Amino acid sequence: MPESPTLVQRVVRHQLMWPVLALVALLVVNVVATPTFFNIRMQDGHLYGNLVDIVRNSAPVMLVALGMTLVIATRGIDLSVGAIAAIAAAVACTRIVGAADEGAATTAIMACTYALVVCLLLGAWNGFLVSVLGIQPIIATLILMVAGRGISMAITDGQITTVNNSWFSDLASGFVLTLPLAFLVAVGVFLLTALLTRRTALGMLIEAVGINPEASRLAGVRSRTIIWTVYAFAGLCAGIAGLVIAANTNSVNANSLGLWIELDAILAVVIGGTSLAGGRFSLTGTFIGALFIATLARTIPNIGIPSELNYLFKAVVVIAVCLLQSPKARAVFRSRRGGPTVPTGPAAPVPAKAGSVA
Amino acid sequence: MTQMDVQPSETGTAAPTARTPVIEMRDISITFGSVRALSEVSLRLYPGEVHALMGENGAGKSTLIKALTGVYTIDSGTVLVGGEEHSFSSPAASQAAGISTVYQEVNLVPNLTVAENMLLGREPRRFGAINVRAMNRRARETLTGLGLDIDPASVLGEHPIAIQQLVAIARAVDVEARVLILDEPTSSLDSDEVAKLFEVMRRLREQGVAIVFVSHFLDQIYEISDRMTILRNGRLVEERMVSETSQLELVKLMIGRELEALERLDREPPNTEAEVGTPVLQALGIGRKGSLEATDLELFEGEVIGIAGLLGSGRTELARLLFGADTVDTGELTFRSERRRLRSPRHAIDRKIAFSSEDRKAEGVVGDLTVADNMLLALQASRGWLRPIPQSTRTRLVDEYIQALDIRPADPSALMRNLSGGNQQKVLLARWLITEPEVLILDEPTRGIDIGAKAQIQAKVAELAAEGLSVVFISAELEEVLRLSDRLVVMRDRRKIDERPNYDVSVSDVLEIIAGEARSEQQPEQQEETRA
Repeated sequence: MPESPTLVQRVVRHQLMWPVLALVALLVVNVVATPTFFNIRMQDGHLYGNLVDIVRNSAPVMLVALGMTLVIATRGIDLSVGAIAAIAAAVACTRIVGAADEGAATTAIMACTYALVVCLLLGAWNGFLVSVLGIQPIIATLILMVAGRGISMAITDGQITTVNNSWFSDLASGFVLTLPLAFLVAVGVFLLTALLTRRTALGMLIEAVGINPEASRLAGVRSRTIIWTVYAFAGLCAGIAGLVIAANTNSVNANSLGLWIELDAILAVVIGGTSLAGGRFSLTGTFIGALFIATLARTIPNIGIPSELNYLFKAVVVIAVCLLQSPKARAVFRSRRGGPTVPTGPAAPVPAKAGSVA
Repeated sequence: MTQMDVQPSETGTAAPTARTPVIEMRDISITFGSVRALSEVSLRLYPGEVHALMGENGAGKSTLIKALTGVYTIDSGTVLVGGEEHSFSSPAASQAAGISTVYQEVNLVPNLTVAENMLLGREPRRFGAINVRAMNRRARETLTGLGLDIDPASVLGEHPIAIQQLVAIARAVDVEARVLILDEPTSSLDSDEVAKLFEVMRRLREQGVAIVFVSHFLDQIYEISDRMTILRNGRLVEERMVSETSQLELVKLMIGRELEALERLDREPPNTEAEVGTPVLQALGIGRKGSLEATDLELFEGEVIGIAGLLGSGRTELARLLFGADTVDTGELTFRSERRRLRSPRHAIDRKIAFSSEDRKAEGVVGDLTVADNMLLALQASRGWLRPIPQSTRTRLVDEYIQALDIRPADPSALMRNLSGGNQQKVLLARWLITEPEVLILDEPTRGIDIGAKAQIQAKVAELAAEGLSVVFISAELEEVLRLSDRLVVMRDRRKIDERPNYDVSVSDVLEIIAGEARSEQQPEQQEETRA
């Protein structure tokens, strides 16, 4: 056994160290700008405050990003998740509006189930294109990214469909055990995904296929089934996200619902330390990445960035985080400072590759 | 000429005699990191000769070519062009000195015309625009000069690969190449196409071009080449006239053993009793277009079949067909009397066949996973993802094989990519042994690994065979093949040319079989006898 690393070394080298550091830094900026930023108050048995809003708002991106993490681990990418979210919302809302009893709990449950089955099938369609027909993931999912908007427009007849079902709205604005239901749903999917990948052999096989597809094929891994599964799962996750977004406004606008959410999700995955080159993935990293994205969205108005500079600011922060994660960039900074060199080790296997891929 | 090495002979047919070499490379050394890829290799190319560059895998052929074409920088040594010292800092500098290369894969633009491809970047212009007529005329002149009847205005991609290759050569010639390097140009051509290529090569030779020819096909070397330079392990072995070197000598020089010193090492007498009952694995006329001609093979329980042959002889291709890594075009496979078409490696694994590829890095190692995950990958894959291997079984299996194969570091959670080649190979061996196979196909399991690991792997293979495992063992090292196998299969030019029990067979016998096939006409009959 080599000498065991000290606690500090273990923390510094841990792959989650940089995403956590970035999140903490962002929160500190907020507290400096608004000292009451962390204040949380209890009202009617619910928690209110900036932090509660952040976790609640992080739910859609987190859901989409969880599915995206597995897809990316197989060397793929799914651009259609935003469109799938819109389809889920469109299907659920039109079902609710068209139901005999619009406000009933069963109506909401049936509509959501129906929508999620549709999303599972759409995800399976992506998986079919990628794993069976061998189409490059970015092209295969681009098809549904474009067509999906059209499908959801067709479902809603191009109208903004408004629903009136309190059970459905609870998905976004409800509270369970003082916490926002949307966040609990996201956490639930997170735990389920972690269980599914790490308690079975799925995670390891996904990583093997992502790291070396040919070696995996020769070892007998059924990569076709695995790739199919992850795209179907990504579709399901996107569907849940779509429902949460629609529930938040009690309506669906097929044009804008979930627009560009795939980009935020990819960002969350990358910030969380999963390489776009495929292979090792970190669900916890993605979880933190999604929280980071939601915190960033909150930071912009909080520290008084004018809304027209919104995107620019986001871009600058993302670049900073990516540089922070890149071992190469860190080495450059370090040598400029002339400081001691810490072995880069297995800290973040990811971002260096991510950079080289992009 | 001050060198001591072989002078080009006066008697050789197209032998250049006292002329100055168009290119002379002297004592070239190239080091990558700590690895010496070439040490003090010399190469002389005379105008109007076809010069074969010979050597097994890793001998340094492509490194030498890349040094000549300016892709790699030379650490020490000199390159003389027409007697004057030159240094090629880039491929462009090499091209400017008249050195052109045609690679195995044609690197032209398929959707441009033949003429456009030939003159790409050097188009004749008129008032700033490309003069298509002049371009086609010039291309036609060059093509006719080579005896080729190809329409310059036709689209390149519509021609078969052989014609594309000839166009690539025509392009190289149009640059007024003094040296033309052909790196494995014939590997995807059929015999008519090869004849056509040779015709063009002969024409160029008459025009005074020096041609460097790399090919794994000995017959082709003997048909077209005048001289050859033989490399082994990054060193120069010898420069020879082809007409004065027998194929047997050549093979010996490439593989590099003195015949007398090579009598077989101690080994158990071959296990001849094995050949009773039903074979575990039987191949009847399996073949695949462009990689293997119809081949028969029978493998019995507890038997080790050694496959000998040079690189490109079809040894790897045969192994891949047996495992379903590639699918067969013709013939059939039978597993314990069950006939079965292998569409993927899964089918083979389900029939208890294991295959360790010669390309460890690309087809074996999953670098970012741990040693434990790498070991258990094949077993887990056949169980399916829903049934993970229980933790206790994992620990037991991994610890057992780390110990049995002496894998270092003995740390199951170490990342595979951080292990040395030999230890990675042992992990891959463990990956397959864990699946408890009945047939183990090992393609070059000891390549590029240190002596200690090599001996351990050999010992393990012998031990497993004694326990009843059937093994197909492929290696470029003949001693190793002879030491381990009960039966010997010799391959050459993508087919099986000999099969015999490994009884009193010496390395020199095998070399003779590999080299001798083309020389004797009675060989086909002998082959029939062995099969009967």
